[in-house]
Amino acid sequence: MSSIETETEGRAATLTHLQRLEAESIQIMREVVASADNPVMLYSVGKDSACMLHLAKKAFYPAPPPFPLLHVDTTWKFRAMYELRDRAAAAAGMELIVHHNPEAMEKGINPFDHGSLHTDMWKTDGLKQALSKFNFDVAFGGARRDEEKSRAKERVFSFRSANHRWDPKNQRPELWKLYNTRKGKGESIRVFPLSNWTELDIWQYIHLEGIDIVPLYFSDKRPVVERDGLLIMVDDERFRLRDGEQPMMKSVRFRTLGCYPLTGAVESEARTLPEVIQEMLLTTTSERQGRAIDHDQSASMEKKKQEGYF
Amino acid sequence: MNLQDKDPVYVTDALIAEDIDAYLLKHQHKTMLRFITCGSVDDGKSTLIGRLLYDSKMIFEDQLASLENDSKNVGTQGGEIDFALLVDGLAAEREQGITIDVAYRFFATDKRKFIVADTPGHEQYTRNMVTGASTADLAVILIDARQGVLTQTRRHSYLVNLLGIKNVVLAVNKMDLVDYSAERFYEIVSDYSHFAKQIGMESFLPIPISGLKGDNIVTKSPAMPWYQGPTLLGHLEEAPVNDARMQEQPFRMAVQWVNRPNLDFRGFAGQIGAGQVRPGDAIRVLPSGKTTTVKSIVTFDGDLDQAVAGQSVTITFADEIDCSRGDVIVRSDAPCEVADQFEATLVWMAEQEMLPGRPYILKIGTQTVTATVTEPKYEVNVNTLEHLASKTLGLNAIGVVNISTDRPIPFEAYATNPDLGGFILIDRMSNATVAAGMIHFALRRSQNVHWQALDVDREAHASLKNQKPAVVWFTGLSGSGKSTIANIVEKKLHALGKHTFLLDGDNIRHGLNRDLGFTDADRVENIRRVGEVAKLMTDAGLIVLTAFISPFRSERQMVRDLMAPGEFVEVFVDTPLAVAESRDVKGLYKKARAGQLKNFTGIDSPYELPQQAEITVNTVDLTPEDAAERIVQYVLTRMS
Repeated sequence: MSSIETETEGRAATLTHLQRLEAESIQIMREVVASADNPVMLYSVGKDSACMLHLAKKAFYPAPPPFPLLHVDTTWKFRAMYELRDRAAAAAGMELIVHHNPEAMEKGINPFDHGSLHTDMWKTDGLKQALSKFNFDVAFGGARRDEEKSRAKERVFSFRSANHRWDPKNQRPELWKLYNTRKGKGESIRVFPLSNWTELDIWQYIHLEGIDIVPLYFSDKRPVVERDGLLIMVDDERFRLRDGEQPMMKSVRFRTLGCYPLTGAVESEARTLPEVIQEMLLTTTSERQGRAIDHDQSASMEKKKQEGYF
Repeated sequence: MNLQDKDPVYVTDALIAEDIDAYLLKHQHKTMLRFITCGSVDDGKSTLIGRLLYDSKMIFEDQLASLENDSKNVGTQGGEIDFALLVDGLAAEREQGITIDVAYRFFATDKRKFIVADTPGHEQYTRNMVTGASTADLAVILIDARQGVLTQTRRHSYLVNLLGIKNVVLAVNKMDLVDYSAERFYEIVSDYSHFAKQIGMESFLPIPISGLKGDNIVTKSPAMPWYQGPTLLGHLEEAPVNDARMQEQPFRMAVQWVNRPNLDFRGFAGQIGAGQVRPGDAIRVLPSGKTTTVKSIVTFDGDLDQAVAGQSVTITFADEIDCSRGDVIVRSDAPCEVADQFEATLVWMAEQEMLPGRPYILKIGTQTVTATVTEPKYEVNVNTLEHLASKTLGLNAIGVVNISTDRPIPFEAYATNPDLGGFILIDRMSNATVAAGMIHFALRRSQNVHWQALDVDREAHASLKNQKPAVVWFTGLSGSGKSTIANIVEKKLHALGKHTFLLDGDNIRHGLNRDLGFTDADRVENIRRVGEVAKLMTDAGLIVLTAFISPFRSERQMVRDLMAPGEFVEVFVDTPLAVAESRDVKGLYKKARAGQLKNFTGIDSPYELPQQAEITVNTVDLTPEDAAERIVQYVLTRMS
């Protein structure tokens, strides 16, 4: 990537779009490390996290990234995600912190009985707990501006009040590549180095760089049941089958990854990365549609975010 | 218009289905263009962007369904597809029907990836436009063909030009509503040319379009055969990007971070701002001026033979010379300038007005310093281009000022290199980004005024007096008892054989500061001068007592920073407003309440409470004598 495979436009060499995006993300990460007291990288094991981790390795090479990885776990992720998580952290030479919300653990909060409380407690509350517990002042997140309308306006450096709330009306202007990293007492910053990447950029970059991602993104025969219009994979024995439900083996893959009982699979024959990209380009529904969380109303993500969901 | 009946003009590349590997290879070589769209509220900006997203197949079916639904409920196109809804993000804005912040949108064609900064047209949001323009390679200025060149158009064009954008497209929109009239189009172009010349815009490309109907967006409009130029998208695909221009300049890289994983490796990480670099190149580190050569260009993917502007790399040196974050590495025989006083344009972005003399944090490149505006020169009326005399700048005001930094910094004129000429100012108390600035040039005096080394130094002065110099800074409301207590403190110290001097607010205003009033700007300057005088007196070995309301935290901090560590003793004379007002020794509160005295602290001008005072004396519980005794004890203890 870094060697300039130059596209000559007349007189001078012009960086390709992926080279420009890569250089920008690296610049952002280095600014954080130069100015933060105690940074951390939120690592969710998805493809965006994989890209972000890869960029961090590049930004600080030959040193390992000078911060730990934090996985705010729900105990309900796919088994394949836990495997990749541990492997990727070890390969990067980074400390991996796994946080489980002790209250959710004690109450046995799960996606079958507790609906939206599951996300609220494990993810939203869990993230706040972990950041406070370890006194992290800056947290990298893998969010992209193209994911959802309200994210298009979020800054690269996004400030959170002492109680982790986001105030969209009171954001700092970001000029050139100068980031104002000063924060008040108790404030923390979420930094999004992938802000300007699109889903297609991410896939192309993974392809070009040969980045290790969870095999669930590729099609395979997997046991699924059809429930409420979604194909849900039966990933372990905790899955509660309803009357008449019988897992069927289907060729499926996942476009986004989360808690397995809440994540819809798509039927697909795409077994390689180019095939996945091909399918993505020819498809007609957007990425977030597989997630249950923002179906209710157009503005739901914005509400979630104000409350502290990433 | 019914979208389902009409095939998107920009069809998906057939290669995707036929040969995905070939498609991917082709798309790895795409370049990227960042542009900004600016226009007035009803110029159809959001509609145009929605159209570009739609025509380049960036809208999925589920989004389209939600768009159709929203169009019926809150749309402004009578239930028809309202493209604007695709890009108006935040809930509050959707209700108001306007965009109020910078939003970034993405789309791509076979040749390029595009990042669009969508910024609002409202006058009060200049700061958003400047933000969006700061990273843009190109600007699309929208004009409603029915309205022609408006005040807003002038404002946007001025800002685009100010931010140094060389590629400007004048998109004359809503041509469908003026019957695709060539005459109307050329009339607008002629008007705009006149204005462009006035502001020094070198060139622009006018394109007649209809965002709603899709004319000249992706394909040439059959309704306007008289127009021979490129379509909007066609031009966006061909326009040059800034990186290419920056590569032709001499090498510059601001050091972000020193990479030192072990004793054997020391690399300097940064993003190359200009030029190119190769191993063996002779380089210089600024501001120190030390020289060496480049040993290697290190990346995760292996060492490079060459790196160019725009790339993030890590450079190692042949020799061990000092270099840290904030320094700039430049080509040895073509260094940039180093200075500490500049003329610059400021775009003020905060509600709180700019105060000359107040220290702000200035961030430029990777360097962070303290800076003050020393001399506001004029404010620009962006609508008329008139220069107005002004001592301050309010929200969204643009002005030219002289600015001074607390140490020399490497820089270049913004017009040459935005990377080393663009800066932000940060308020030290609120941490808000309060201004964007662009350096014009260094003031020559900064190179010619040097410190005179004196043989009898401050230690010599102090030791002759057998004391440690200090500034005992009394702050508090008018009538709190500052002067009374300071006077007693001085008498006591004098009796003990100490060399003191009392600077009193009212007395200073009769002489040194007689030209200053009571506006915020004047209050800042008042304190700055008193601080400098007090500093000279400590150099002379004196214990200085000052009695000034000094209502703002920033200025008290500024004086504290002027002094040697430990020599500043802040005394907060803590008297509740009601008590001070009931005393009203000088009858000032009465006048202020009657409206005869403006900007009176505590009444219509704020007093910011000290957060780190060395001593707080409560005058409700303590007599002035007791308060003075406590302060004297503190000063004496400090000395022993």
